[in-house]
Amino acid sequence: MGDLREIDAAEITRTVRELCIEINYKVPEDLVAAVTRARKDEESPLGRQILDLVLRNAELAAEGEYPYCQDTGSTVVFIDVGQDVHITGADLADAIDEGVRTGYTDAYLRKSIVDDPLFERKNTGDNTPAFVHTRIVPGDQVRIQVDAKGGGSENKGKHAMLKPSDGLEGVTRFVLQAVVDAGPDACPPGIVGVGIGGNFEYSAILAKRALMRKVGQPSPDPRIAELEADLFEKCNALGIGPQSLGGTQTVLAVHVEMMPTHIASLPVAVNIECHAHRTGTRVI
Amino acid sequence: MTVELLEDGKKRIRAPLVDEDVRRLEAGDVVLISGVMYAARDAAHKLLVEMLDAGQDLPFDPTGQIVYYVGPSPEKPGHAIGSAGPTTASRMDKYTPRMLQVGLKGIVGKGGRGPAVREALQEHTGVYMAALGGGGALAALQIRAQRVIAFPELGPEAIREMEVEDFPVWVIDDCKGQDFYGRAVAPWRKNDLLPEEFRLPANA
Repeated sequence: MGDLREIDAAEITRTVRELCIEINYKVPEDLVAAVTRARKDEESPLGRQILDLVLRNAELAAEGEYPYCQDTGSTVVFIDVGQDVHITGADLADAIDEGVRTGYTDAYLRKSIVDDPLFERKNTGDNTPAFVHTRIVPGDQVRIQVDAKGGGSENKGKHAMLKPSDGLEGVTRFVLQAVVDAGPDACPPGIVGVGIGGNFEYSAILAKRALMRKVGQPSPDPRIAELEADLFEKCNALGIGPQSLGGTQTVLAVHVEMMPTHIASLPVAVNIECHAHRTGTRVI
Repeated sequence: MTVELLEDGKKRIRAPLVDEDVRRLEAGDVVLISGVMYAARDAAHKLLVEMLDAGQDLPFDPTGQIVYYVGPSPEKPGHAIGSAGPTTASRMDKYTPRMLQVGLKGIVGKGGRGPAVREALQEHTGVYMAALGGGGALAALQIRAQRVIAFPELGPEAIREMEVEDFPVWVIDDCKGQDFYGRAVAPWRKNDLLPEEFRLPANA
C-alpha cells in the first residue's frame, strides 16, 4: 500500500468557493464558442439577434458585476476522490457546503434552495446543501467539478424505462419529445444530456454527467458519437430556435452517456441545460 | 399616452395600462417597458392569492399594473439590482387568472402559458410578454431602482417595486388570443428529418 496523501478539507472548501464564484460570472469558453458557432449558423434573423444578445450577456457577466443569470443555480458537485487521499480537518460534505455557503454569500449569488420540497419550502439562505456525486477513484488527487444548474431547465428533465424493443428509434423519439416539451421554458439553445442504460437512478446521473463534458465534444465511442450527431441534427430540425421564437439552432449540443443495463431494461433520462451553462473543474 | 409607437416599430409602454392600451399590443411586437413593474414569483403569488381569498388588500394595487416574474440575485454595492432575468411563467398559471381578475394588465416572464391563462388574457384584456431568458445581466442594466415592498422573508422571492427604463420584451400572448410561440416555430421545422409525430404543417 502506498503512502496516503493528506489533503486539508479547507482546501476543498476554498476550491468549491472559488469555482462557485468564477462560473456564475464567467461562463466557460467552450460555451461561448458553441453560441458563437450557433450565431454563425442560425438562419432566422430574429434568432441571430437573440444569439447576439446572449453573447453580450456573457461578456457583461464576465466583467464581474452581474451574474450571467439571476438563477445562480443549485450547486451540483462532482467529486472524484483518489483512494490514496486522506481528507483531514472536516467532514467532506461539510467542507463542500462551506464552500458553497461562503461563495454564494460573498459573491452576491442568489440563494435558491428551500429546506424541504413540500411543507414549508423555507429558503436555507446560503444555497446549501449542494447536490454531491462522489466517486472513489485510483490515485492521490481530488478532482472537483462544480455546476450551477438553473431550475427552469432542470424542471424539463424526463425519465423513462423504455422496452428493449423500443430501441434506437424509441430513444430518439423520447429525446425529441423532451426537447419539444421543454420549448421556451428551458431558455434554448441549450445542451441536451442523455443517459441511457444502467438502472432507474444511474440513467439520471449519466444524463447529468453528460452535461459536464466540454460543449459539443463527441463521445469517444464512435457509435455513440454517431447517435449524438443524429440527435443534434433532429433536435435542430424541430425549428424551435433561440428562445423558441423559431430558427435552426435549438440545441448547442447533444451529449450521450451509456452504461450496461439489465436484460429487461432500456432506461433513458434526458437532462436539459439552458444556454446559461456554468461549470468549472479543478484538480487538487 | 401609455402606449407609444416608436419609429423603429417598437412600442413603449408605461403602467398603469387600460384595456385600450392592451388592445394595441399584438403577439410578436417588440415592447419597451418604462416606469413601474412589480416583481413577484412562485412563493409571492401563493401568498397574494391567499390574501385575495381572505378578502385582504394586496401589498400593491394591481389595477392596470405589470408583474414581472423574477427573483433577482442580490445587488452588489453601487448597483440598483443584481442579475434579473425572467423565470418560467407556467409555474404561475395556477394564480394568473385570479390576478387578471383583480385588474392586473401586463405580465412579463418566459416560456409558454396554459390555455386557462390565454383565455383569461382575452376575458380580462391582459397581455403576456417574455423577456430574454437567461439574459439576467443585460436585464439588470434596464432596472434603475427597486425596493422590497412585501414578504422580505422570502429573500429572492420577495415582492419588489421596480423602476425600469426601456426594458425590452416580446409580446407572446395578446388579448385577441394570438400566440407568438405557437406560430414562430412551424416555418422552421424540417419535417423530412423528423419522425411523423413531430411534423408540423408549415405556416409562414
